Amino acid sequence: MKAITANRLYDGVVLYVGPNGGFVERFEQAALFDEAAANAELEVVLTRDTAIASAYVIEADASGPIGREALRESIRRYGPTIRKDLGKQSEAANERL
Amino acid sequence: MYRYDEFDETLVRERVAEFRGQVARRLSGELSEEAFKPLRLMNGLYLQLHAYMLRVAIPYGTLSSRQMRRLAHIASVYDKGYGHFTTRQNIQYNWPALIDVPDILDELADVEMHAIQTSGNCIRNITSDPFAGAIAGEIDDPRVWSELIRQWSSLHPEFSFLPRKFKIAVTASAEDRAAIKVHDIGLRIRKGADGERGFEVMVGGGLGRTPYIAETIREFLPERHLLSYLEAVMRIYNRLGRRDNKYKARVKILVAEDAAEFRRMVEDEWARSDKDSLDAPLDEIRRIRRHFTPPKFDRLAAESEAFDAARAARPEFDRWVKTNVLPHRQRGYAIVLISLKPIGKPPGDISARQMDAVADLAERYSFDEIRATHEQNLCLPHVRKDDLFAVWRTLDAAELATPNIGLVSDIIACPGLDYCDLANARSIPIAERIAERFADPEEAADIGELKVKISGCINACGHHHVGHIGILGVDKKGEEFYQIMLGGSGGADASLGVITGRGFSSSEIVDAVERLIRIYKANRDDGERFLDAYRRLGPETFKEALYGDAAHH
Amino acid sequence: MATLRITDEGSVVDSQPKGEEISLAQWREGARPEAGRFSLSIPNTEDIDGLAEIVARFDGVILEFPHFTDGRAYSQARTLRERLRFKGEVKARGAVLCDQALFMARAGFDALEIGDGDPAGFIRALAAYSVFYQPAADATAPARVLRGAKREAA
Repeated sequence: MKAITANRLYDGVVLYVGPNGGFVERFEQAALFDEAAANAELEVVLTRDTAIASAYVIEADASGPIGREALRESIRRYGPTIRKDLGKQSEAANERL
Repeated sequence: MYRYDEFDETLVRERVAEFRGQVARRLSGELSEEAFKPLRLMNGLYLQLHAYMLRVAIPYGTLSSRQMRRLAHIASVYDKGYGHFTTRQNIQYNWPALIDVPDILDELADVEMHAIQTSGNCIRNITSDPFAGAIAGEIDDPRVWSELIRQWSSLHPEFSFLPRKFKIAVTASAEDRAAIKVHDIGLRIRKGADGERGFEVMVGGGLGRTPYIAETIREFLPERHLLSYLEAVMRIYNRLGRRDNKYKARVKILVAEDAAEFRRMVEDEWARSDKDSLDAPLDEIRRIRRHFTPPKFDRLAAESEAFDAARAARPEFDRWVKTNVLPHRQRGYAIVLISLKPIGKPPGDISARQMDAVADLAERYSFDEIRATHEQNLCLPHVRKDDLFAVWRTLDAAELATPNIGLVSDIIACPGLDYCDLANARSIPIAERIAERFADPEEAADIGELKVKISGCINACGHHHVGHIGILGVDKKGEEFYQIMLGGSGGADASLGVITGRGFSSSEIVDAVERLIRIYKANRDDGERFLDAYRRLGPETFKEALYGDAAHH
Repeated sequence: MATLRITDEGSVVDSQPKGEEISLAQWREGARPEAGRFSLSIPNTEDIDGLAEIVARFDGVILEFPHFTDGRAYSQARTLRERLRFKGEVKARGAVLCDQALFMARAGFDALEIGDGDPAGFIRALAAYSVFYQPAADATAPARVLRGAKREAA
């Protein structure tokens, strides 16, 4: 399966396309697509949304990013592995979300 | 230190205003990301994995207390309470929001700082010897010339869209503390035959995918012609540097193809150039030089009783002095290195609270001066020996007194896959684990000088090619692997490390480093550094330690 | 093609071509300027130093930016102005964006093909800076000269 991830334009925060087509901040809320649907949705996102700095398709299943880029995407999902107090993995971020 | 006059101030403010406009055009949708990206990069703003990253220029690594406090303030208010010093004597913030960056730049401009040309295919921050003006044996103050080059290269209308980035380093000592031979241009200030001062001009050094040591294209350039000669080098590079392949676009590729021809073209271009117009007038060089007059040192005895007594009484202080304190050219003074490599922490990182502590120390004990080194540490250049104990106590309380400068745990590491969009593997956890393995200061002191340098991708921000032990992180089908290179040096005896063989997994790499160190200790002569032992013994001994007999099959 | 012409009195946009155009390739095949105004268009891979006698026979030169990150034409323009002392119009063509306009003007361009770019944006960008650190092909005095003048006045 695939998911679509992005970075928000105004602050760079990692986003995912959610079930209703809008963006969500947590992978747990991300929508999963098959490959064709993901590519079609990415096209929509790229043409529609100017409020993101980048967007691309990743390999994922319900547990999280998988495949070759799994480590990189897992670090984007949670935060730096050497600073557990930073990024989405931190308590402060979890309260906010 | 150089202080801005009205012209410098105006230019930096105008740059902020221009960038504020560019950010506004991006946020409004007028600019696409494709169009905006090169504009933000020219002002040091990257998009990384979790957020934007802003790289702030610290010209030739020189900072005042006021500037350091402002860097701390920015870390607290706009970021997550810390910054990261880089191998280019710059500082990076890992979490700024795009909408805040114009305000951050205004905060920087208040203290005569900026992010101009900290990225992009232009002339980058000028780097130099962090001990300039403090170490004995300098032919001149390299900061004078670094500042002259900084101004000349800022917003240069001809050289802002080069084939690739361009790095210039300046030094004025026999010992090279600025790694000038791995820069696009390395300038070594020297005396000519008749005592005249000038530059040895080296071109075409660099790391990255294809590393090279720079070639000397001119043994002696009279100092007054520095800028016209740099213009000639840059023009040849801008005209002929490759633009079809970014991995072949650096000037090193042109020089490596035919150094003699490159030199001929530069000399020919220079011979035809209008030197009177291009070279800086003498009164401008004099004006800049006045900013670097030595501080008003006290007349002190060479030895300090208080210092000697503290060393005798406090072994931890004594150990720190042995590794982190260097002789100063002025009697009774010392150069203090502040390690940003606490055991088990990310190399080069510093909290806002620690930045304030360093600023306070510099103000009180070091004529208001701080330096950033290319090895990701800080330096207080002018400390009285009488004050060293007080300085150490404050550093120790701020967790800034790790006694490991030049030792195995003083590791250079790029941010790697924990932050960087380009990385293939993590660097920081490897650095942390190696430092932890050799955390015992007695053992580290016994191993002696050992430069371990780690990069998380082929771009070599962690300078792995010039590490005595270099480590390169690679991605192998989604798993991190680490290749080892041995025998590199970024000093005056510059050399490029040679890859040993197959890479090691994340769980194997620290043991592999330990095996290298064990074989070195077993084979070294008295007082022989790891690098010298490697050069004497050759790679086979070390390969055998890494791979056992497998190395021969 | 809308062209922004930069003059001492300010910048104006016009869409009228100024005379005819001959490419360097056409010149090499024998084309020559006749009566009237002619401009020579030169690819950015050419060494301008070798073209002194040719450009002297033209009223204008057109230099190319195939992509705005390809900065070779900046060197060509400066060489034309500073070494060949070319006094005619030097026009930038291709990826001409407002954020590069001031670099172009300083390198010696006095005409920019701006296409459907917003002229007001270009005119603003040309005035974004009042201080320059280095001498170039334009008439502005670099900071180091102004500093010297200020010292003498004091």
